[in-house]
Amino acid sequence: MLHDFTSTFWANTVDGLTVGAIYALVALGYTMVYGVLRLINFAHSEIFMIGTFGSLTVIQVFGLHGPYGGFALFGALLLCLVAAMVAAGGSAVVLEFVAYRPLRKKGSSRLAALISAIGASLFLQELFATLVIPNTFGNGRGRDYIGVTRLMNKDTWFHFGSADVRNDKVLIFVAAVVMMIALDRFVNGTKLGRGIRATAQDPETAVLLGVNINQVVVVTFLVGGIMAGAAGFFWVLFYEVTKFNIGFILGIKAFTAAVLGGIGNLRGALVGGFVLGLLENYGGAIFGSEWKDVIAFTMLVVILMFRPTGILGESLQQARA
Amino acid sequence: MNPSEWIILIVTVGVIAGVSIVHGRVGDRFSATWSRAPWFGRWGVYIVLIIGAMLLPYSGLAPIMSPDSDWPTILFYPIGVFVLLGIGLNVVVGYAGLLDLGYVAFWAIGAYWMAELSTRYHWSFWEILPVGIVMAAVSGVILGAPTLRLRGDYLAIVTLGFGEIVRKIAENSDYLGGTRGVNDIPHPPSVQNGPVIGNIEIFKWTIVDARPFYYLLVLLIVVMIIFVKRLEKSRVGRAWAAIREDEDAAEVMGVPTFKYKLLAFAIGAAVGGSAGVMWASKVSFMSPDEFPFLLSATVLAAVVLGGSGNLSGVVFGAFLVAWMPERFRSFQNYRDLAFGAVLVLMMTLRPEGLIPSRRRKAEMAEGTGGMGSLGAEVAGPTTSAGAEVGGP
Repeated sequence: MLHDFTSTFWANTVDGLTVGAIYALVALGYTMVYGVLRLINFAHSEIFMIGTFGSLTVIQVFGLHGPYGGFALFGALLLCLVAAMVAAGGSAVVLEFVAYRPLRKKGSSRLAALISAIGASLFLQELFATLVIPNTFGNGRGRDYIGVTRLMNKDTWFHFGSADVRNDKVLIFVAAVVMMIALDRFVNGTKLGRGIRATAQDPETAVLLGVNINQVVVVTFLVGGIMAGAAGFFWVLFYEVTKFNIGFILGIKAFTAAVLGGIGNLRGALVGGFVLGLLENYGGAIFGSEWKDVIAFTMLVVILMFRPTGILGESLQQARA
Repeated sequence: MNPSEWIILIVTVGVIAGVSIVHGRVGDRFSATWSRAPWFGRWGVYIVLIIGAMLLPYSGLAPIMSPDSDWPTILFYPIGVFVLLGIGLNVVVGYAGLLDLGYVAFWAIGAYWMAELSTRYHWSFWEILPVGIVMAAVSGVILGAPTLRLRGDYLAIVTLGFGEIVRKIAENSDYLGGTRGVNDIPHPPSVQNGPVIGNIEIFKWTIVDARPFYYLLVLLIVVMIIFVKRLEKSRVGRAWAAIREDEDAAEVMGVPTFKYKLLAFAIGAAVGGSAGVMWASKVSFMSPDEFPFLLSATVLAAVVLGGSGNLSGVVFGAFLVAWMPERFRSFQNYRDLAFGAVLVLMMTLRPEGLIPSRRRKAEMAEGTGGMGSLGAEVAGPTTSAGAEVGGP
C-alpha cells in the first residue's frame, strides 16, 4: 500500500494536476454562479457534457482523423476548443433564460430554483441520450461511451522524478492556468467584472448604483459555460471518450473542488481543483483506484464539517475575488 | 401507441388536470369542512380508502392499468414502494424544507441490511425490519450531524455525494456481493394455514403471488402515514414549519433548529429504510445498479409534482410517477426527459404541486418555503425592489 504510494508518487502528482486543472475549470462555473445568485447551478455538469460534444461535432463535421503535427495540430485543437466553448457558453445562457430567469422574476425560493436546476440537468442528459446522440453521433445507441479521435500524438516530453510527463498533460495544465488568469483579470480588472463583484456582494445596492443585474447574471453564466466548455475539450483530449452522463460524477467533484477552495472564490476554485485532483490520485494509489470517487465525496463531507468556508474562504464579493 | 393507449393517456391527463383544477377551486373549502368533521367521519373515509387500496389488485383492473405485466407486481414495485419513499422524502423536503438528493441511499441501506442479515445470519424478515429501520435512521443521523448545520444547498450536494458513496461501497465491497449483488434473499416466513380472504392466503409470501406482499406494504404505508401525520400535527411538525419558513426566526424564537432538522432527516431515512427491507424481501435478488441517482431524482419529482408537504398530494404524485411509464411503454424511453421538463415547468408555473397544502402554497408564493429566496432577483410585476439577498 505505502510502497504503491511512494513508487507512483510523481506519476500521481502529474495526473492529479492534469485532472485537477479540469476540475478547477468546471468549479469556476459553480463558484461564479453561486457567488452571484446563491444558487448551485446543478445543470452545470451538463454544460460541461455539451462542451465535450461540441468538440466531437467539429471532429465529425470536418472529418478530423489525427494525429496531426505542426500547424494542422494547432488549428485542429483551437477549432475544437472554440467549438466546445461556444456550445457550452451558449447552452449556459439558454439555461439561464429557460430554467432560472422565470424563477428569479417571481422571486421564488431557493428550494424551487434548485429543483428547477435538477430538472434542467435531467432534461439535458436525457435529451442527449434519447435524441441527440442516437441521431447525430452515429451508432444509434444513446447510452454508451463514444470514442473520440485522437488529435495529437501523446509522447513523453521529459521525466520528472519517477513520472513520464506527456505533452497533452502539460498542454492541459498550462492552458487551464492561462484561462484562469484571464478570468481573474476579467473579474478584477474590467467594468463588467466589477459589476459581477458588486452583485455578489449586495445585489440590492448594486441595482441602486446602476448595475444591470440581468446582464451580470447572463455574463456570469456565459463565462462559467465557456470555462466548462474548455474543460470539456480538455477532457476529450485527455480521456478520448464521452457519454451522455459524463458530467454527473465530474460535476459533484468540481463542486467539491469549489467548496474545498471556498465557494464564491475564484482563486479558491483553482486551489480546490488541484488539491482535489492530487488527493484523489494519492488516495487511489493507497486504497485502490476504484475508491477514488468515494475518497472525493468523503472529503466533501469532511471539509464541510471542519472548514465549511473552504481553504481560502468565500469571497467573490471581496476584492481578492 | 395503439388507440386504446391513447384513450387511457387522454383520460389520465384529464384526471390530473381535473384533480388539480378542482383542488384549486374547492380545496380550501374542502379542507375547512374536513377539519370540522367529527373524528368518526374522518376515520370512516380513511377506512374506505384503505379498503379501496386493498381492492386495487383486483384482476378486472389489470387489463386497463397494466396490460403488459403482472398488475399486482407493478402495484408492489414501483407503485407501492414509490409511495412509501415519497412519504419518507416528504418529511425531509415537504415538512422541514431540506433538499435530500441521495434519498435512495437509505432505501439501499435498508435493502442491504435485509439481504445480508437474512442470507448470512438467517434472521427472519420480522427481526430485520426494526433493525433496518433503526440502521437507516442512524445513517441519516451520521450524515446529517456534520452537514445540517450548514446551508440548505450544501446539504443537497452532500446528500447527493452520500448516495453515490453508498452505491460505490456496495459495488466495491466483496462482503456485500460487489457488482454481482446478493442472491436468494428469503421472503418473509409464511404462516401455514393462515387466514384466506377471497382465495388469497394473505400471510403466505411466495414468489408466485405478489398480492400478499402488496398487502403487507399497504399495512406499512398506513402505519407510516399515521406516524408522519401525527408528527406533522404535533409540536415537532410546527417546529418544522417554522424552520422551513424562516430558520433564523425559528432559532431566535427558541426552536432548536438543528435538533429538529436532524430529527426530520432521521425519520425520512427510517421510512426509506423500511421500504428497502420490504422491497428486498420480495425481489430475492438485488445489485447496486438498482440504486442510481436517477431514482432519487424520480422520487423527488414525485413529491414535488404531487405537492410537497401534503400527504395526499405526495401519494398521488408517487402513483403517477411510478405507474405512467409502466402503462405507456412506448413513452418509457422518454420518461426521464419528461420528468426533467416537468420539474422545470412546475417550478416556474406551479411550484406548490398538483395538490398543495394551503400553507405550502402561500409560502411558495412568498418565495420562502425552504432555504430562503434567490440571490439576484429580476424586478418583475410582483417584486418592487430589484433584488434581495438570499442570506446565508
